[in-house]
Amino acid sequence: MTARPSPTATLNGGPTGRWNVRIGVVTFPGTLDDRDTQRAVRIAGAEAVPLWHRDKDLKQVDAVVLPGGFSYGDYLRAGAISRFSPLMETIIDQAKAGMPVLGICNGFQVLTESHLLPGAMLRNNHLHFICRDQKLRVESTSTAWTADYTAGQEISIPLKNIDGRYVADERTLDLLEAEGRVAFRYLDGNPNGSLRDIAGITNEAGNVVGLMPHPEHAVEPLVGTGRTDGLGFFTSILKKLVNA
Amino acid sequence: MTLDTVKHAAETPDTKLPWAELGLKEDEYARVREILGRRPTGAELAMYSVMWSEHCSYKSSKVHLRQFGEKAPQSDAMLVGIGENAGVVDVGHGYAVTFKVESHNHPSYVEPYQGAATGVGGIVRDIIAMGARPVAVVDPLRMGAADHPDTKRVLPGVVAGIGGYGNCLGLPNIGGELVFDACYQGNPLVNAGAIGVMRHEDIHLAKASGPGNKVILYGARTGGDGIGGASILASETFDDAKPSKRPAVQVGDPFQEKLLIECTLEAFAEKLVVGIQDLGAAGLSCATSELASNGTGGMRVELDDVPLRDSTLTPEEILMSESQERMCAVVEPEKVERFLAICEKWDVTATVVGEVTDGDRLEIFWHGEKIVDLDPRTVAHDGPVYERPYARPSWQDALQADDANKLPRPATSAELREQVIQLVASPNQASKSWVTDQYDRFVQGNTVLAQPEDSGMVRIDEQTGLGVALANDGNGRYSKLDPYAGAQLALAEAYRNVAATGARPLAVSDCLNFGSPEDTDVMWQFAETTRGLADACLTLGTPVTGGNVSLYNQTGEAAIHPTPVVSVLGVIDDVSRRTPIAFAEEGQLLYLLGETREEFGGSAWSQVVHDHLGGLPPRVDLERERLLAEILISASRDGMIDAAHDLSDGGLVQAVAESCLRGGKGARLVVPDGLDGFTFLFSESAGRAVVAVPRSEELRFTDMCGARGLPVTRIGVVDGDAVELQGEFSIELTELRAAYEQTLPGLFG
Repeated sequence: MTARPSPTATLNGGPTGRWNVRIGVVTFPGTLDDRDTQRAVRIAGAEAVPLWHRDKDLKQVDAVVLPGGFSYGDYLRAGAISRFSPLMETIIDQAKAGMPVLGICNGFQVLTESHLLPGAMLRNNHLHFICRDQKLRVESTSTAWTADYTAGQEISIPLKNIDGRYVADERTLDLLEAEGRVAFRYLDGNPNGSLRDIAGITNEAGNVVGLMPHPEHAVEPLVGTGRTDGLGFFTSILKKLVNA
Repeated sequence: MTLDTVKHAAETPDTKLPWAELGLKEDEYARVREILGRRPTGAELAMYSVMWSEHCSYKSSKVHLRQFGEKAPQSDAMLVGIGENAGVVDVGHGYAVTFKVESHNHPSYVEPYQGAATGVGGIVRDIIAMGARPVAVVDPLRMGAADHPDTKRVLPGVVAGIGGYGNCLGLPNIGGELVFDACYQGNPLVNAGAIGVMRHEDIHLAKASGPGNKVILYGARTGGDGIGGASILASETFDDAKPSKRPAVQVGDPFQEKLLIECTLEAFAEKLVVGIQDLGAAGLSCATSELASNGTGGMRVELDDVPLRDSTLTPEEILMSESQERMCAVVEPEKVERFLAICEKWDVTATVVGEVTDGDRLEIFWHGEKIVDLDPRTVAHDGPVYERPYARPSWQDALQADDANKLPRPATSAELREQVIQLVASPNQASKSWVTDQYDRFVQGNTVLAQPEDSGMVRIDEQTGLGVALANDGNGRYSKLDPYAGAQLALAEAYRNVAATGARPLAVSDCLNFGSPEDTDVMWQFAETTRGLADACLTLGTPVTGGNVSLYNQTGEAAIHPTPVVSVLGVIDDVSRRTPIAFAEEGQLLYLLGETREEFGGSAWSQVVHDHLGGLPPRVDLERERLLAEILISASRDGMIDAAHDLSDGGLVQAVAESCLRGGKGARLVVPDGLDGFTFLFSESAGRAVVAVPRSEELRFTDMCGARGLPVTRIGVVDGDAVELQGEFSIELTELRAAYEQTLPGLFG
């Protein structure tokens, strides 16, 4: 196991991409958290590769993150238009072949619209945009993006959305539970009415993970909530790819 | 109908034009005729009427605003001053920061969601028009009484609009204000501010130079929304008898604006842009006349080439439309292709609509005929200037004589305790999380401090930790009692708030919200405010870089309190040295900096407990403010304090309550010698702050204060789970938190 790189070392201008791992970060029109996600990837020690929605080429990345935002203004439905971009066609194919993909917030919505993950996100039950530090329990550490956490670990990372209420039919929810595919659950109060307090899920293979809260906003002690609880997503994938 | 061309206008001097309906006064119309030497065409009249409106021309305020230039302190930091889209200051390491606050008051009352949303959109376009990437927004708000039914219509809509637009742009909302007062019932104030960052060499200006250069209109298509918004909506008082003004409010599309930001910044990065102007109030009329007049004067525009949302629009409507999310760039001919390619990449519509000419006239054509032919300076800069009469209101003496210091004070410890709870739970002092939790404060990953901290702070350079801080303050109650002092207190508070976080105050922007300038009382308030603010900026060494005036915040005879909202921008060399408000470490010592006097005029206590407004506001001592700021900045830099909170409305007890709740730790307080408990807790004397000092730093800190002559008083210690005033009362944090946090959700859901 490689030692976790020091976040401050990279922040102060230390080497990035030292393990030669390339993680793609997709920009759709209206994506907002792309540069934050690139920073989180760099802090973890990998190389962040910007990907443009109109391209089909994945530029030989080892994994892909779909960041948050309001792609295409959330017109029609959140994620509904982005899902049809040329890049997504390639990502869908690659994800099915096992490439690790993480969808955060709007990225999660794109993954459900792409049917890489089941269910859908509806408007929050209180109808407001909500931005807060949200406590979660990591329910599954067997995914590509959560191996660095311990099972049942409680973490706090920012939540910020208006369409964050996870829903699926009972059969799907039962299946997710039975297969251990509920990856994250809300603690200390369900912020939006998500069924069974689900904050994030994974596919059967564990390479595709989607969640509404934002790990990329919790990677440096100085900014955001002051916690680094989200860094584990990025170190998890880095270690998996280095050890692969 | 015949097209009203320039030729036709010259031939038909007696044709009646609807100048009064468009908001021009008779003498103003006469002046237009004199300038042109003929009657204006319909299109020219449209341009003059919007550009000479109060909102665009500052015709009532100009003579007073001049002081900000005349009395400006010497500052090496100022790179671009008043008159451009936004001021620009140097913050070191080759970085420049631009910031500005603007009002969107009138539209937000008519249509709260869209009014507030497009307010954010407008200020952000001002920032990108300077060449900067926007990095944060703030939103100072003033609403009617918290329990008034109409406030339940306006506030949730305004907050949803600011959030809906700002969140979608990916800009962290790092601060703001929310003040309730019955005086804003028919005239809520929705001010929006933004900060942008760029390298020095990237500063862009609104200037069309170089004959042959192309004028490109890009962004949203032009529609019929917001026609005459500036002239009709923002430049008159509301009057029940007139028809609905809803069509004059614009509709925003934040997704389009996000694309506009990215595509503009990419064009800047490739050095494709000679001059740039955003389209806000007065739309194309403003953009073309300002670009042309700031250049050599000549520009030719083909109005037929403007992409339209509604093909039935007349040329007058196209010139007046305030459709959102549009920008106008001047680009050299050989770079046009690349500019258009970048727009195409971002799915942004872009069209060449004209070019810079070597003449000095702005000429606009429609269907091949010339419909505008004028000197652009006469539209953009030579509008009317009024020396409005003003006089100290007849009621001012009586108001000041109604001394708040004589109000009945709490007689027992139990009553004192009860009033503390009452204060903390009052809508103006209670937690604003109900508002700020609807805004994204994390996006961009550089937010170091956001509400409820004393100022918002964002990191602008990851390598060095260089950051900027912004605070906005304004107390309409103080200003009503004494507008000169009120303006200075607003500046002093924002200055103090910036320093409390460890940043060095650099520059000022202001948004001056007042009633009707045609009222001599209001005009006196305005004159006193500008004089007070300009004098104070000179003393504190912080120049005004730009700002905004909103007049006619008045329904019938009832004007709002004079409400200058003052923004102070500060710089901090390393954001890891910032000082938060939270009392987080048990055992740390609490010190009160500054002097506490019996000052209750305009105080939160007098409002909450007695519903009273009278007397004089707290005394202003700007030299003291400067000394306090120096101490706070030094202490932050040298690690002598772990928390600091400025003292303002609500006094010491409000600050201590907020710091305790933020850190989740209690405080044991002792009334200092020479003060009574009531004055200690509730007085609003200016120039004060409370700080938490680690025991190891106590001597070094108090020695520094002593050596520099700043009064410093030990008032207690961070300890336990309650706020306790020794010998008087104790309030558990759980009770305090309930009082503080439940008010706004209880009122607004």
